[in-house]
Amino acid sequence: MARELWKGNEALAEAAVRAGVVAYFGYPITPQTELLEYLSLRMVRLGRTFLQAESELAAINMVYGVACTGVRVMTSSSSPGISLMQEGLSYIAASEVPVVLVDIMRGGPGLGNIQPSQGDYFQVTRSCGHGDFRPLVLAPATVQEGVDLVYEAFDLAEKYRTVVIVVADGNIGQMMEPAEMPPMRDISTEQPDWALVGADGRSHRIITSLFLSAEKLETLNLRLQAKVQRVRENEVRYREHRAEDADILMVGFGTMGRIAQTAADMARQKGIRAGVFRPVSLFPFPSAALETRSHQARRILVVEMSAGQMLEDVRLAVGKDYPVEFYGRMGGVIPLPDEVFDAVEKIHAEMCHD
Amino acid sequence: MHQSIVVSGFGGQGALFAGQLLTYAAMDIGRQVTWIPSYGPEMRGGVARCTVIISDEEIGSPIVRNPDVVIVLNNPSMEKFREELKTGGVLVVNSSMINLPAERQDIRVFNIPGNDIARGMGDVRMTNMVLMGGMLAANPVVPLAAVEQALRDHLPERRKHLVEPNIQVLRRGYREVANY
Repeated sequence: MARELWKGNEALAEAAVRAGVVAYFGYPITPQTELLEYLSLRMVRLGRTFLQAESELAAINMVYGVACTGVRVMTSSSSPGISLMQEGLSYIAASEVPVVLVDIMRGGPGLGNIQPSQGDYFQVTRSCGHGDFRPLVLAPATVQEGVDLVYEAFDLAEKYRTVVIVVADGNIGQMMEPAEMPPMRDISTEQPDWALVGADGRSHRIITSLFLSAEKLETLNLRLQAKVQRVRENEVRYREHRAEDADILMVGFGTMGRIAQTAADMARQKGIRAGVFRPVSLFPFPSAALETRSHQARRILVVEMSAGQMLEDVRLAVGKDYPVEFYGRMGGVIPLPDEVFDAVEKIHAEMCHD
Repeated sequence: MHQSIVVSGFGGQGALFAGQLLTYAAMDIGRQVTWIPSYGPEMRGGVARCTVIISDEEIGSPIVRNPDVVIVLNNPSMEKFREELKTGGVLVVNSSMINLPAERQDIRVFNIPGNDIARGMGDVRMTNMVLMGGMLAANPVVPLAAVEQALRDHLPERRKHLVEPNIQVLRRGYREVANY
């Protein structure tokens, strides 16, 4: 399959189709709408289910219902829509059914605006709903990486019977880049042994998130925590750019990772050894790899399109004594490479005075 | 090679399509590319623009503060990008609709009466292709032939009848600058 030019949102949608998504439920919201629009035609032509729900609440609960039947199902939205889905996501997590969710982040809080942002970091990594659970969170920086991660997200969701969130900002949803699509998978006809598909000839199964006994609910929670532990051990992903000899190590995800990459190249041209550590899995956060890399660097500069949310995970990874600086913009303002370079240069000047 | 090109005009002037066409052409000859539109809450008649990056290497940031090359199709675009264009950059101006001066000595300016040429060749909606042709002569970031081929390869079937007229207009714009 040759490389073709894809708009981010549409590429993510096609990747889900190829991964064998059987049903999509969603509600339009900029800057994510092309994902839903694309599927509205593609899914119907393939004889699969596409349904535009009356709201995000309805969409996530439809997703919950279909997930209980053991088939591949997804929804997508943008920041305020994800907020609305939190109750459903918590129920899904407690019910241990696999679901894939795409969040194309926009400026917040509130209705905010439709410009790119990374202000959902806390929302998606900390739990995305009440109670003790952690979704697996993957953050692409390019259209190709988004395609690959969405394709894999369905496998991961089934492997751990969990919520997998692919999170990108509006830039990645709206931009066009060459991408190569993975092969079309057959729709699986295997039914998992927990799926609710009619109890003809066997005893019934129950999927629920209600456990009135404290002991039983604690048992569920221990199972969820064991799952989180396995995710932490097995699903860490990150990428680096000129990090191996960097004095100043920038840490940024998604679009900010790319902008930091350009800023690092600008710094190198001025003789400043800068590099980039780009977390791809936001949960599990690549703490150990970052901590190891931090020994060789002298300063860390976290860059985000937010007030500094991933910053907290970086600080947890490297410890309170490590010098961690931050540069970010909010409200849908994208920090341009020269601004990030200026922040690098300032840190470099301070290091020279130390 | 690493170049950023902005195309900017009123919605409907074909700025986004012209940028996409260039992106396809560069991709098809093996370059790394990104195309990103401005997608703010624009209204009918507002400014539509896109940023194209063409590079030999992996592209980091898909956006820039000071583009290398700008095609401006209307006055509001001229007002914005005559300031933002990089020193030594190329400014391709649709002089049929723009009466603002470039006001800079440190850039190369090419005035092309895009609307007039396109109208004279049959359809004012091909203005974007006149300017794209001119840009390719001023700044051969990809060969003219690659853009012509991209038109043949990427226009949807129902628009195939537009390929030949657009190629003619592209070439006319190219000559306009080549003979500058």
